[in-house]
Amino acid sequence: MSNQAVLFDVPGPKAKRRILVFNVLGGLFVLGILAVAVNGLAEKDQFEAAKWTPFLEWSTWQFTLLPGLLATLQAAGVAVLTSIAFGLLFGFGRLSGVAPLRWVCDVVVEFFRAVPVLLMMIFLYQFFAKSTPMEASNAPFAAVVVALTLYNGSVIAELVRSGVFGLPKGQREAGLAIGLTPAQSLRSIEIPQALVAMLPALLGQFVVILKDSALGYIIGYTDLLANAQRFGAGAGNMLPSLLVAAAIFILINMLLTFTAQRLSRLLGARAGKLLQREDAIDPEGVEAPVK
Amino acid sequence: MGGFFALFEGYDVVAAFWMNIQLAFWAAIGSLVLGTVLAVMRISPIASLRWFGTAYVNIFRNTPLTIIMVFSVLGLWGQLQVNFVNDFDLNFFMLAILSLSLYHAAFVCEAIRSGVNTVPLGQAEAARSIGLSFLPAAWLIILPQAFRGAIAPLGNVLIALVKNTTVAAAASVAEASGLMKTMIEFRPDVMTQIFLTFAIGFVVIVIPIGLLTTWASKKLAVAR
Repeated sequence: MSNQAVLFDVPGPKAKRRILVFNVLGGLFVLGILAVAVNGLAEKDQFEAAKWTPFLEWSTWQFTLLPGLLATLQAAGVAVLTSIAFGLLFGFGRLSGVAPLRWVCDVVVEFFRAVPVLLMMIFLYQFFAKSTPMEASNAPFAAVVVALTLYNGSVIAELVRSGVFGLPKGQREAGLAIGLTPAQSLRSIEIPQALVAMLPALLGQFVVILKDSALGYIIGYTDLLANAQRFGAGAGNMLPSLLVAAAIFILINMLLTFTAQRLSRLLGARAGKLLQREDAIDPEGVEAPVK
Repeated sequence: MGGFFALFEGYDVVAAFWMNIQLAFWAAIGSLVLGTVLAVMRISPIASLRWFGTAYVNIFRNTPLTIIMVFSVLGLWGQLQVNFVNDFDLNFFMLAILSLSLYHAAFVCEAIRSGVNTVPLGQAEAARSIGLSFLPAAWLIILPQAFRGAIAPLGNVLIALVKNTTVAAAASVAEASGLMKTMIEFRPDVMTQIFLTFAIGFVVIVIPIGLLTTWASKKLAVAR
């Protein structure tokens, strides 16, 4: 059911009036929610100019928000690269013709997809700080990156595998028919197509990586959230600070989502199918652009 | 290693996991209700509600859950003095459920919408032809089929929800990841065993949910 307009008839003059009435009522309902929120905030003096003006000053951005954003982007950026490496390695491992290798990769991927990222982060932080010669000040960054890599790398490995399985059977058969071995057909025919098909879903996974990097706040990584929280505590404007931090995250993620959806349209049906799989591989990733 | 098992006498691991399950249970109900309402808004003929549903999904889907959780605790409770109950711990528990519900409702909404997409055109046309208007058609014809088509994606959201209950640590709820941290700090020498215990605990919860929803999605699929 691609066209949602079938749920209701093309409205006649009477229905148009009724829709208009409900539209106004719906608009009032939305405005009402906003009004209650705004009123509640105003009662607690959250709209005082002094609470918001710090965000118009360059020094706030220079010393607090931008360094925080930089730390967030660093952790997320490094995690993106390592996740891709991890994902390709284990994705290919899961497609391997050597059964024991396939099983090991299967177990690793399924395990890390089932364990909460925060649990890994807390453990790795303690592990890096106490059991390795790593300097304690670097432990939060390393824990964030490694935890994000283990989870998102596993998701990407699953993407690689389902990208190959999602190809039409004829691709493999054609490869075998011209005399390639199964491994050669996988390498030179199936995987290249699967990698292109998974690009939009991969981009969607970056959104998850960026969002989950905020978990670093809990183990003491001084990311955007941590800096915003500290600034809010110091300047007495906790609510505005957290809202500004959230807005920055939303903005970057919407940009990524938008690019992923454009890319999937550009790449055509096969890529869209991977993004639109009913049982999305990572439910928190970018959902299909439902028509 | 002998001391490792003695550790479980001092710390109630089962109670911590029970807290995660409770968080997941209430947040699942909350996000299912809110997500369904949002999904109906997004397929309705009323433009203002469609706009609201879309805006909600885009905002909450793109915000880190950690920020929502911190916002609930430091913002709603700390700044705005939102108190659901007077009991301190219970109040934080409820704030955590609120945050989890708000966040996952966006994903539930998208899962149901993908379920709506599995319902054939003829169903909606038939509903219209027997004179049902939008709400009865959605409630009686489309949504029951959409839910059955959305079991697999909803199951995935539920799995994500169970794992995300650990983020309630940011709201100082006494759940598994917080307990693991305390235990590791107390006994760093057996930290790997402690981590594996908790990790396997989550695997044991998550994998049956996956198997169950996969089975249910096949069993309950609308035969077409």
